[in-house]
Amino acid sequence: MPDKHFVIPRQDINREDFTSSIPDFNRRSEFMKTDMGHKCIITSIVRLTEQEKLFKLRIIDHHERGIFRFKPGQFLMLELPGYGDVPISISSSNSNHEFLELCIRKAGHVTSALFTLDEGAHVAIRGPFGSSFPMDEMAGNNVLLIAGGIGIAPLRAPLFWISEHRERFLNVAVLYGVKEPSQLLFTYQFDEWEKINHITLHTIAEHAEAGWRGKNGMITDLFQDISIDPEHTYAIVCGPPVMFKIVCSYLDNLGIPMNRMFVSLERRMHCGMGKCCRCMVGSTFTCVDGPVFDYWTVMNLKEAI
Amino acid sequence: MIYKVIAKSEFKRFTDALLRDNTSFGPRQVDTDSQGKAVYQFLPVTSSDDVAFDYTATASSAKHFFLPFREELSRFVFQDQEWDQQISYEGKPIVLIGLRACDISALNILDDVLLKGHFPSPYYLAKRKNTFVIGMDHLPLPDCFCKSMSHHTISTGFNLFCSDIGEDYYLSINSSKAFNFLKEFNTRDPLDDDNCRLVERRKIISDSFLSEVDVTALPSILDIEFDSPVWEKWGNKCLNCGTCAMVCPTCYCYSVEESFDTNLKGATRQKQLYSCNLVDFAEVAGGHNFRPKNGDRLKYRYYHQHRGFAENANQQICVGCNRCGRACLAGINPKDVINDLRMEKESCLTNISSSPDRI
Repeated sequence: MPDKHFVIPRQDINREDFTSSIPDFNRRSEFMKTDMGHKCIITSIVRLTEQEKLFKLRIIDHHERGIFRFKPGQFLMLELPGYGDVPISISSSNSNHEFLELCIRKAGHVTSALFTLDEGAHVAIRGPFGSSFPMDEMAGNNVLLIAGGIGIAPLRAPLFWISEHRERFLNVAVLYGVKEPSQLLFTYQFDEWEKINHITLHTIAEHAEAGWRGKNGMITDLFQDISIDPEHTYAIVCGPPVMFKIVCSYLDNLGIPMNRMFVSLERRMHCGMGKCCRCMVGSTFTCVDGPVFDYWTVMNLKEAI
Repeated sequence: MIYKVIAKSEFKRFTDALLRDNTSFGPRQVDTDSQGKAVYQFLPVTSSDDVAFDYTATASSAKHFFLPFREELSRFVFQDQEWDQQISYEGKPIVLIGLRACDISALNILDDVLLKGHFPSPYYLAKRKNTFVIGMDHLPLPDCFCKSMSHHTISTGFNLFCSDIGEDYYLSINSSKAFNFLKEFNTRDPLDDDNCRLVERRKIISDSFLSEVDVTALPSILDIEFDSPVWEKWGNKCLNCGTCAMVCPTCYCYSVEESFDTNLKGATRQKQLYSCNLVDFAEVAGGHNFRPKNGDRLKYRYYHQHRGFAENANQQICVGCNRCGRACLAGINPKDVINDLRMEKESCLTNISSSPDRI
């Protein structure tokens, strides 16, 4: 016997055709690419405030750019080689297939490194991941977009969608609250939204500064300025964790059905693919099942908000 | 599945040949603990004499062959202000000998979790496909509760499973590789007597479980008891060390870190196994921690183990090996926590309905 060898053959999955090897798995055809980023060039950087910058990215490879499509509300993993990757919601229009815009706050060590980059630098993106706002379902109704602080960034994508399909919606209002007036983002677009797209815009600042002529108070104070028809209104809420509960329970008392309120949650993420479990909320993943949840789902998830 | 019976001496020849020709890992004694009991780990073996076939359970689980503590996910090579990303899914063929039924069950659960859904993990698949798993049945330790989780027997997920029936091993052959290897050795089809001895062996194993945990409707109990003071009580004991997740055969949560090579010519993205009991598990940039208290994080671990996957893959991911209970420095045992949770409501139940018969 012992002359014979019993060596286990090596199976190389780099070359194997995945879809034929285990046919019963419900997998996406492009899944081999989920760990491979699309290489992007930063075409412009706009400093919005002290802490936030707007990065404009363009996927370099022509083919990859052709297949990269997202829906409003989805996010991507932005990676700076050597520093790490961070989940960032896409805040540009999804009909813009040439460029992506990401509004980034300097908060951790990856975003701090991103802030040192100049135009022309190369970064990698993976994605898009996650769920999106049901824009088609909202059509034909009033839409209320409520943002707190950096929460305006994920809301910019649905705002673009609404602006491009304005005739499909009734009244659209944006309620936007910040801590200090200098933290208002995208002020250069306010006129465009109000005058061209007929989107009512209400802003409020918690702490007034000299020269601030707007309102002063919490975001809930803005509800006195607007009239809401609960029968025909959808709400999109995004902001810091404390804001969700206050705003959503207020809207709930007004009579807006819970499945017509949408929130975009924030959690720590490391993979974006439902594998690292860092973003687990209750029994769902923020990266796969979220970040956009309707309020009914959120109410049923423990420790979601 | 094909069933064969092999004499123990012949099985030794078979394992000798297999372990000699392949990179192999099996249970070996590494130390004795404070009570003088042997401590086993999966370590490299080259012949069947190295393998402690009569071992009880290893301190660490076999998951580390599939989910290494540190694993490179991708690599960046820098050149002239430019970088290039490289990914390869490494899988070297290895033999794992002596896995217990609950260890193999744990691998099946990891298969469900990591290979299903929208984003199957190619890193895990490469390793899983290149591993030759030989399982052995065993008599449970006094604190094992795999029977309560019904993971004390196993029917898939291995290449070869050996049941000890006295002079012989009763082999369950589950792969063509194993079948082809065994062709060269002296095996026979099981006789009626062998089948009887197998059933008897299984019965002995099943009857020797001393620990039991009632897991009926546990997912819903966990839901009801979300705000229970039990979590705070056990959370106050927890030291946040993360040992339970490291020894657990099914814990797979990880974190991702990137680092530059020291010569600055490249960078790697590495994944590192993590534990939900560590303080910064759910902390986001900016400092907000979604689970700031010990009890919150401990609760999350029990949710993940006993409920989370009840919804995701329709099964609880705990296999009942009690490695976490043995390894815990603070003496937190999953059995006690679950029983405590059950008692929360059952105690009030007996208060309300005192049965008249007893008077």
